[in-house]
Amino acid sequence: MTEFTPWLSLFGGSLIGLAAVLLMAFHGRIAGMTGILSGLVPPFSHDWGWRAAFLAGAVGAPALIVAMSGYTIPFESPTPAPWLVVGGLIVGAGVYFGSGCTSGHGVCGMARVSPRSIVATLTFMVSTAITVFVVRHLIGGL
Amino acid sequence: MARVLSALIIGLVFGSGIALSGMANPAKVLNFFDFAGTWDPSLAFVMGGALIVTAIGYALVLKRDAPVFDRLFHLPTRRDLDFPLVAGSAVFGIGWGITGFCPGGAIPALGLGHGDAWLFVGSMVGGIAAARLARHTLATHVMAKAS
Repeated sequence: MTEFTPWLSLFGGSLIGLAAVLLMAFHGRIAGMTGILSGLVPPFSHDWGWRAAFLAGAVGAPALIVAMSGYTIPFESPTPAPWLVVGGLIVGAGVYFGSGCTSGHGVCGMARVSPRSIVATLTFMVSTAITVFVVRHLIGGL
Repeated sequence: MARVLSALIIGLVFGSGIALSGMANPAKVLNFFDFAGTWDPSLAFVMGGALIVTAIGYALVLKRDAPVFDRLFHLPTRRDLDFPLVAGSAVFGIGWGITGFCPGGAIPALGLGHGDAWLFVGSMVGGIAAARLARHTLATHVMAKAS
């Protein structure tokens, strides 16, 4: 069980949206983790500077919140290590060919009412729900 | 310098949002998709909040001629639906359903210092690199055949 956190989630989601708006206003870029990260996988894209800085901020933020407020950010990964590797490879290949993930398609693309992003988001939401059902209720866990 | 500092601060805002919203917690993400079990609807509020702010903010920002640090907005222009888009997204969902990690959730999770997030992100970067190599090899092969 995880606790239902409507207000904290709404607040966090709004911050994600704020970051997306700021990245467009200042850098003219879509705040999609797949696109930003892909430019940092060798061979690096020529504009790797802002990408690396964004990534450093994204990684540093949770550490900073914990250090400054003492608030514990809940984290629980129920997946066995071998399946994390398999899942990681699958996610990497999937978002590369699908041109985006939850942030790029699900937030930025949906906000622009992009037909590609709407189709991509519906596809991966349904696919994820089916996978969770199969893993938890048909197989009985990994 | 200002450009890099700005990206760092925006990254901090993004990472804070992911961490506070629960997107960096695989158990919470998996529970959102577990309608038949321990359903936790929180992530609908994450998506809702992010979408409303982004939709309104984009509408205001894109009225301007250009972003602060660039000459133009880099907006995707494709509108066609093709096989890689749908198949890639479906495959992404399988990996997301197995692990509870998506790229935007996993990167900030690195900052929480758990080995699981590092193992996932390392594999994911490997997956992106392998997919890119496969696409380039295929493209070169097709071009060589054509010429």
